[in-house]
Amino acid sequence: MDEKDRILLHLLEENCRTPVSELAVLAEVSEEDVRDRISRLEAAGAIRRYSVVVDWERAGDGKVTAVIELKVSPERDFGYDRIAERLTRFPQVRSLRLMTGIYDLQLLVAGPSMHEIARFVSEQIAPMDRIRETATHIIMKTYKENGTTFAEREEVERLPYSF
Amino acid sequence: MRDFVSERARAIPPSGIRRFFDIAQTMEDVISLGVGEPDFVTPWCVCEASIYSIEQGSTAYTSNKGTPQLRGAISRYLDTRFNTRYDADKEIIVTCGVSEAADIAIRAVVDPGDEVLVAEPCYVSYIPCVSLAGGIPVSVPCRAEDEFRLTADALAERITPRTKVLVANFPNNPTGGVMQEADWRAIADLLVDHDLLLISDEVYADLTYDGGHFSPATIPELFERTITLNGFSKAFAMTGWRIGYLCAPAEIAAAALKIHQYVALCAPVMGQIAAYEALRIGEAEKDAMVREYRLRRNLFVDGLNKLGLSCHVPKGAFYAFPSVESTGMTDTEFAEALLREQHVAVVPGSVLGPSGVGHLRCAYAVSRDDLKEALSRMGTFLESIK
Repeated sequence: MDEKDRILLHLLEENCRTPVSELAVLAEVSEEDVRDRISRLEAAGAIRRYSVVVDWERAGDGKVTAVIELKVSPERDFGYDRIAERLTRFPQVRSLRLMTGIYDLQLLVAGPSMHEIARFVSEQIAPMDRIRETATHIIMKTYKENGTTFAEREEVERLPYSF
Repeated sequence: MRDFVSERARAIPPSGIRRFFDIAQTMEDVISLGVGEPDFVTPWCVCEASIYSIEQGSTAYTSNKGTPQLRGAISRYLDTRFNTRYDADKEIIVTCGVSEAADIAIRAVVDPGDEVLVAEPCYVSYIPCVSLAGGIPVSVPCRAEDEFRLTADALAERITPRTKVLVANFPNNPTGGVMQEADWRAIADLLVDHDLLLISDEVYADLTYDGGHFSPATIPELFERTITLNGFSKAFAMTGWRIGYLCAPAEIAAAALKIHQYVALCAPVMGQIAAYEALRIGEAEKDAMVREYRLRRNLFVDGLNKLGLSCHVPKGAFYAFPSVESTGMTDTEFAEALLREQHVAVVPGSVLGPSGVGHLRCAYAVSRDDLKEALSRMGTFLESIK
């Protein structure tokens, strides 16, 4: 990966619908080069998928999201990987990370209601082998997601002209 | 009652864009490419440190020349970044923006009757500052065909026995032109041969996009005859904090300090603390802003050229300086009509010096979405005048 790839990735991360013609101008390469580079980055798995940041509350569909911390007993030879692999298969699990600190795995779980999430944790996650402890934290309000601030700030007025 | 306004003050011409300002004030949806400041807010880490210092009660005067911490940080920064070495104690003065630094630099060295060469097009304050000091400003043109560099030929033509100082600003406001080492070396010989002093305003030094900035004071024979000006406004998005600095050999710095202590006493302490933080931890955010300016430049200059407003690729600062020659309009007519009809504010180049005639200064320090909208409005405007 070189500097141009890096620029393209940042631009796509910011807005994956930016037209190729514009990407080419911004990154100072040809359109053909942009297409080649994107194909290569897709093939290499550097680009995982093209997505949007949704403010679900604003969209009128107030989903409940929770952070769930798990303490897990690691397995000989596999560590946390096999249990993590099982967890990733649940569609309710939006993100899954292995953490340093007092617990091991951190899940971001989304569901239609608090009740649904509680049931998912108590019936699906907690009983799994090697899971020793769970702690569920309901997200009350999102201020910033993937670099995007949700609350709108008042624009500061600037002079129309200055030198 | 007699007229109390001094002749010197009266002699300063009124701002060339006052009328534009008044028109823009009546509009709601102006896209302004007329501002010489970043659209970014100062990096939060910098603001936070300054807020904390106020809470802790740092609200007093500092040393006239600025806090030792900030001067030390500036000295190290100039050394590592541009290879210019200035002693933090004797050769650096922290000022209220580069505007003040330019004023005290000029007043520290110009006597009545001295001729001061000013490379133009340029920032609007140099010429009035020279006049207020009793000096005689002499414009030196930087032309489009030279990518707005200052050439030895243009300079040599205007040197007389009364010439004492050259004021230059690269990367340049308004053209985005830059001077590489070879360009400066050609100038250096003339400055030495004619025993001239250079005032080099390098406030856009961090904003270069194709190759780094070359600071003329790094040329050994120029160091003793150079005053380097720089500041935090542009690179760190800190225009409102008013922190700049002047660097010069000790004797000149001492003279400038005498003026500074009587006109400003010291630069604002909260700004100085913020500036120190900017140098300490603001580098990554500054670099991110520079990367964004480069993207904007690419987008905007490409768009201008596609519209037929020919524009060289500016290698520094955040201004594009397209020519409106193809439209048959003067820069002032074009800028005024564009504002009235399409609500896009740009500065007519003629306001910034005789070599700016026929050009527009467009600051691309606005979001890419606004740049696209501005280009689209300019396109509509160009269609309408065909």
